[in-house]
Amino acid sequence: MSEQETAILDGNESCARVAYRLSQVITIYPITPSSTMAEWADQWQSEGRKNIWGTVPVVAEMQSEGGAAGAMHGALQAGAFSTTFTASQGLLLMIPNMFKIAGELTSNVIHVTARAVATHALSIFGDHSDIMACRSTGYAMLSSASVQEAADLALVSHVATLESRVPFLHFFDGFRTSHEVNKALTISDETINAMLDEKHVLAHRQRALSSDNPILRGSAQNPDVFFQARETCTPFYLACPTIVQDAMDRFAAETGRAYHLFDYVGAPDADRVVVLMGSAAGAVEETIEHLNAQGEKIGLLKVRLYRPFASEAFLAALPRTVKSIAVLDRCKEPTGLGEPLYQDVITAFSEAFSSGTSPIAVQPRIIGGRYGLSSKEFTPAMAKGVFDELKKPQLKNRFTIGINDDVTHSSLDYHPEFSTEDPKTVRALFYGLGADGTVGANKNSIKIIGSETPNFAQGYFVYDSRKSGSVTTSHLRFGPNPIRSTYLISNANFVACHQFSFLERMDILEHAAPGAVFLLNSPYGPEEIWNHLPKTTQETILKKKLQFYVIDGYTVARETGMGNRLNTIMQTCFFAISGVLPSDEAIAQIKKSIKKTYGKRGDAVVQKNFAAVDAAVAALHKVTLPEKATATFDLLPMLPKEAPAFVYNVLGMMAAGKGDQLPVSALPAGGTFPTGTAKWEKRNIAQTIPVWDKDLCIQCGKCVLVCPHAVIRAKVYDSSLLANAPETFKSAKPKWKGMDQELYTLQVAPEDCTGCSLCVEICPAKSKSEAKHKAINMELQAPLRAPEALNWSFFESIPTVNRDRLSHTQVKDIQLLEPLFEFSGACSGCGETPYIKLLTQLFGDRLYIANATGCSSIYGGNLPTTPYTKNGSGRGPTWSNSLFEDNAEFGFGMRLALDQQKEYADDLLKRLAPTVGDDLVTAILTASQSKECEIEAQRKRVLTLRSKLAGVDSLEARALLTVADSLVRKSVWVLGGDGWAYDIGFGGLDHVLGSGKNVKVLVLDTETYSNTGGQMSKSTPRGAVAKFAEGGKPNSKKDIAMEAVAYGSVYVARVAMGSSDMQTVKAFQEAEAYDGPALILAYSHCIAHGYDLTYGMDQQKNAVLSGYWPLMRYNPMLRTEGKNPFQLDSKAPSIPLKEYAYHEARYTMLTRSRPEVAKHLLQEAQDDVERTWRVYSGRAAMAGRSETPHIAPPEREGAVAPLGAGGGDE
Amino acid sequence: MIDLTTEYLGLKLKSPLVVSSSPLTESTESIQRLEAAGAAAVVLPSIFEEQLSLESNALDSDLSRGTDSFAESMTYFPAYESYRQGQDAYLSHLRRTKSVAGIPVLASLNGATAGGWVTFAKEIEQAGADALELNTYALPTDPRITGAEIEDGIVDLVRLVKQNTTIPIAVKLTPRFTSIPNFAAKLDRAGIQGIVLFNRFYQPDFDIENLSVVPRLTLSRPEELLLRLHWAAILYGDLNADIAITGGVHSAEDVLKAIMVGGQVAMMASVLLLHGIPELVIIQSKLLRWMEEHEYQSIRQMRGSLSRRSVADVSPFERGNYIKTLSSYTLRKTA
Repeated sequence: MSEQETAILDGNESCARVAYRLSQVITIYPITPSSTMAEWADQWQSEGRKNIWGTVPVVAEMQSEGGAAGAMHGALQAGAFSTTFTASQGLLLMIPNMFKIAGELTSNVIHVTARAVATHALSIFGDHSDIMACRSTGYAMLSSASVQEAADLALVSHVATLESRVPFLHFFDGFRTSHEVNKALTISDETINAMLDEKHVLAHRQRALSSDNPILRGSAQNPDVFFQARETCTPFYLACPTIVQDAMDRFAAETGRAYHLFDYVGAPDADRVVVLMGSAAGAVEETIEHLNAQGEKIGLLKVRLYRPFASEAFLAALPRTVKSIAVLDRCKEPTGLGEPLYQDVITAFSEAFSSGTSPIAVQPRIIGGRYGLSSKEFTPAMAKGVFDELKKPQLKNRFTIGINDDVTHSSLDYHPEFSTEDPKTVRALFYGLGADGTVGANKNSIKIIGSETPNFAQGYFVYDSRKSGSVTTSHLRFGPNPIRSTYLISNANFVACHQFSFLERMDILEHAAPGAVFLLNSPYGPEEIWNHLPKTTQETILKKKLQFYVIDGYTVARETGMGNRLNTIMQTCFFAISGVLPSDEAIAQIKKSIKKTYGKRGDAVVQKNFAAVDAAVAALHKVTLPEKATATFDLLPMLPKEAPAFVYNVLGMMAAGKGDQLPVSALPAGGTFPTGTAKWEKRNIAQTIPVWDKDLCIQCGKCVLVCPHAVIRAKVYDSSLLANAPETFKSAKPKWKGMDQELYTLQVAPEDCTGCSLCVEICPAKSKSEAKHKAINMELQAPLRAPEALNWSFFESIPTVNRDRLSHTQVKDIQLLEPLFEFSGACSGCGETPYIKLLTQLFGDRLYIANATGCSSIYGGNLPTTPYTKNGSGRGPTWSNSLFEDNAEFGFGMRLALDQQKEYADDLLKRLAPTVGDDLVTAILTASQSKECEIEAQRKRVLTLRSKLAGVDSLEARALLTVADSLVRKSVWVLGGDGWAYDIGFGGLDHVLGSGKNVKVLVLDTETYSNTGGQMSKSTPRGAVAKFAEGGKPNSKKDIAMEAVAYGSVYVARVAMGSSDMQTVKAFQEAEAYDGPALILAYSHCIAHGYDLTYGMDQQKNAVLSGYWPLMRYNPMLRTEGKNPFQLDSKAPSIPLKEYAYHEARYTMLTRSRPEVAKHLLQEAQDDVERTWRVYSGRAAMAGRSETPHIAPPEREGAVAPLGAGGGDE
Repeated sequence: MIDLTTEYLGLKLKSPLVVSSSPLTESTESIQRLEAAGAAAVVLPSIFEEQLSLESNALDSDLSRGTDSFAESMTYFPAYESYRQGQDAYLSHLRRTKSVAGIPVLASLNGATAGGWVTFAKEIEQAGADALELNTYALPTDPRITGAEIEDGIVDLVRLVKQNTTIPIAVKLTPRFTSIPNFAAKLDRAGIQGIVLFNRFYQPDFDIENLSVVPRLTLSRPEELLLRLHWAAILYGDLNADIAITGGVHSAEDVLKAIMVGGQVAMMASVLLLHGIPELVIIQSKLLRWMEEHEYQSIRQMRGSLSRRSVADVSPFERGNYIKTLSSYTLRKTA
């Protein structure tokens, strides 16, 4: 047996460590939750780590999972050992290649973090719907249920595929296993070598294509032979299970860890058995041990090799005594006779009984049920619920467990309080804020405990769906026994709340066990804290007799230079009072770990962390508890009672983290939700908010324009409205002609602001007597919250300015247009959202948005709430997300539908002319709708039409009523990031731009896959570091602006709001006005660029000044006027690229890792700038058609000159 | 044969022409060109006390920003095994320069407070620096801090650096001390091998259009030299430490003056930034021509010849110069 080392890692790393060493070509594409495996592979490759054959694998990022599968297929055919990592939609894109690879009997393993497939909604979380979608591809499927198994069965897969020639899909549960941190034994090179049989390795290579021994593979076959040829693979599939078991047996001999095709655990004479695969096995196994110890006879059959389904092995693994079986599937197949695993089990039994080969004498009762979709919790209590069901005389088939299905009543009952937790295991819960370092600290604690003590350790982390101000919950377990509890902690010995503000609305102590330790980061000391706790919290502390500690963590952080990072401070407190390790030893270990973690970031960081550790111990205080609860206030509801019923009752539950309790009936079938819901969530995440100085303000509107969260608004209104204004409500004389008799107010939404301070940075108005004071300044939120919330509420009651009074091309006026995109959960200071907000200000009331998957679909459409909202007339953007790869096509489809509806409506209108009147019909059909006032007039006509049709009892009239709104102009805008536009969706985007249809495309170009954590896209600039481009991107960014310009018929613009807001507005207006396709590339600063986003707009300016991001517009309309359609809106580069780029860590990181490469790439990137400038300026300087004599050769006599022939380039 | 050799900080130099801390010494290639043009030694650009902690903290912020907040993006950058920081780059520049340069290479540390960064001096020594120039650029803005406290702080700093190193230490001063001779003597007693007169006080500019204060870097001008010469002439002979003149040395005549007032070396940067590295060849040839024409055999011969202790009338170094200057101005005016 080889020597084995333990490591603290997550399932992704555990698996990737094996896959990497057994591969020569690794094709990758980012998709949650598998991206980490690809990131590891890329990192190891750049560090020069070798595979088992002594070479460094090639790791190649492709443009999509489809591309990754294709490239992998090619690599396999050319003889390499090749793998990829994926999940969900990504796996679906691989299916065509999977059929091919399997059909060609090619050894291959795909490692999958099993994840829900998008149906009524997208979900990044774990279930088996993606795996099940691949059942017919011919891939064998091997399931891992834990971090340890993710490594072990990865190896078994690689070995078995070589021997069997059947490709393998090795999978484990997304997040629950892929992201769970646990203590596991690693697999050595020796073990891998011992498992590999050289002859199969050689055979794989010998089957490869070779021009020295030419073959043809992948032919097309006719009806005469295809069928027979398809059957030739059967023997390989028949042999496969034996080969897998053989590999498992050899693995056991090497490592001592035994696996079987089906592993049974529980009573040997069990009468009830659950069958399932994946991580839920942990929870069921705990339940079985617990209940069997109490005299029950139950068991679990863990499915390892799901496909090919080895019936004999399956039946042989079951106890002969089994009387009832529940098969649990982690997916839903609405059209089947039950979910897939259930059907396989039924078939296995049916075949065995019909052939008389069943080892079990009496056919057990078998039911199937669904659990755990999209990482829904699956606990021992639920497992018990299933076992309890199996006792009943009448079994509920096709059941669900873990939810309350009050619609079709499929759900089983269970008692949530049932617990099987090992009393020797310490369970700790930590509530933190995304940016405060809580998760990092906890990962660190697991490493300390897991590697420096004999204890086992487990960590699992839950995040909410916001990118700013998100709540993180860390679930940590430590103990002397291995930890396989694959569910969240509900009975914690230790609860830490790292943000005092959470106490306002969250029942933090809900999961505290009696006598638990409660640690609170609080600005109030041990003497005063009690009076600042809500009643529920006080009562829980007393009732559960908690040991209560406080620390003013933020003061310690500030004083020790840690800023807002509480990680080291709260970690120290945890060790100081949890008793997991003796205090001195713990502090020594923390410091050792600080040195290890931060040493490479420099001594100053190490020293400040050391200082924080020492200061934390001194600032930690135990609170003496009073006799009784004295609070005069209690927990606030997550959303206000005034919210609409659905918002309060349903979305409010989700916002409160209680979405699990919602019954099926509460949720809309088909996944349709109202807009205008983000405004109800008052998240209060900003420490400081902007405050308006009305006397200094020049009312330029720049702050309103750049605010990523639409929390700064301006209105001009009649002064009489001020009568009921709150005391501190401010107003000034408007600086508009014709409005000077009214009042102007710039108001901040204090509870929605994220405190990014972009507004202050952009503000041009400085005080004449104190330069640092601007017309808008950041001040502490807490004292302003109540009065400003009142002001905001009053401000909302003021009507918006009539849009007709405003110029929609002036930034100053645009501030008065109502945004229909507000309070998104995007990163604080996001560079994308100001563009979307502007879009909704300009055209929001007629806007259809097709949104590619990515950041913009997450902050746009991730429940509980959406930032898209409606105006006073109830109109606003309507929004949908199809997929990542097809967004342009999705929007194109919307356009086709709208055009078709319009045509149908026109026709109906004509037919109904006698009923509604010729004048109205003519007016509607001939209306110009190029201006907003014209659109409004048309709306009025349609309203009249509706009223005329209301009483008409005819099919045509009823039909017209359903499509009448299409008579009013609609705008279709396709939104997405560069990952979509440049890579995965480029083919579709190109096609749609080439279609000539009236579809507008807004690319929020962050130059990286921001949503999945900063992987390289083809938009990533040369020399920038990104994931998958560790060594700096060696190639230049793709210029899709010029690709689109090449069509000649596409409106194209490159904009950067921070450089020229006027040009941005102009581009949006021109794109909208152009009756054809338009493409706007919007420079969007992003957290993945690595700098403080407060300076985002400044960086946009630098990007333009350096010539890196030239501002341009290509307007085909100008061509018809005989002018050059290509307009360059920025000046020649005036600063070197370095002066822009080296403000950002994505560039400077390379100088820290490969200074010579950085220097070289910077030089090349500077050349790119100059090359682009020459092209752009040359193009802009060209003469227009009317300014150029004929270029085309003279017409031959008698030939007819085509219209518009000749002219210059354009 | 005219002997241009001199000694500075115990190092034998082929001439008094030293290139001071500047962008010219940022690259090894440029240093090789300087050597070829006649530089007798070079001082590498300063690494700043603040730079070490700033870089460390900035890297930490850049790598931590936005992490562990969202399930799909726990981090935004690849995790490197190690990060090369300012000091690593500095040390590798030093090592590379030492491996190719035939002339002494002086490292330069810029700091005003004692702190962890001082240990960096040891690494500089280990990387092969021939000496260390300590640039003590202190700017008091706190009215509670006295001049004496600043001086004591610098002396403590020098002691601390000396404890960490064995290579010669020179201290570069600002001219803004109340009693330069007294302070120089204190540093001398603390064991420094050289004193560099003076660093330049970079004042920010005021942008009245944008209402902001902007950093501004200007090159030295020849008229700045007189301040240096004045104090060198006064200090010469009273210190064990060598004197180096820097700031305003723009010509062969300036070099001669620097030596005559008592300097071991004359340091240049701005003149070379203005006219290019070949200017050094011109300065050296002019220097030789002047010495030849005036029948000097060696640099040593002229050192200190115009120092306070070597001239007949010391009044120009004292209040006499002040009176003289003012009266001559008055006379000119009335004439």
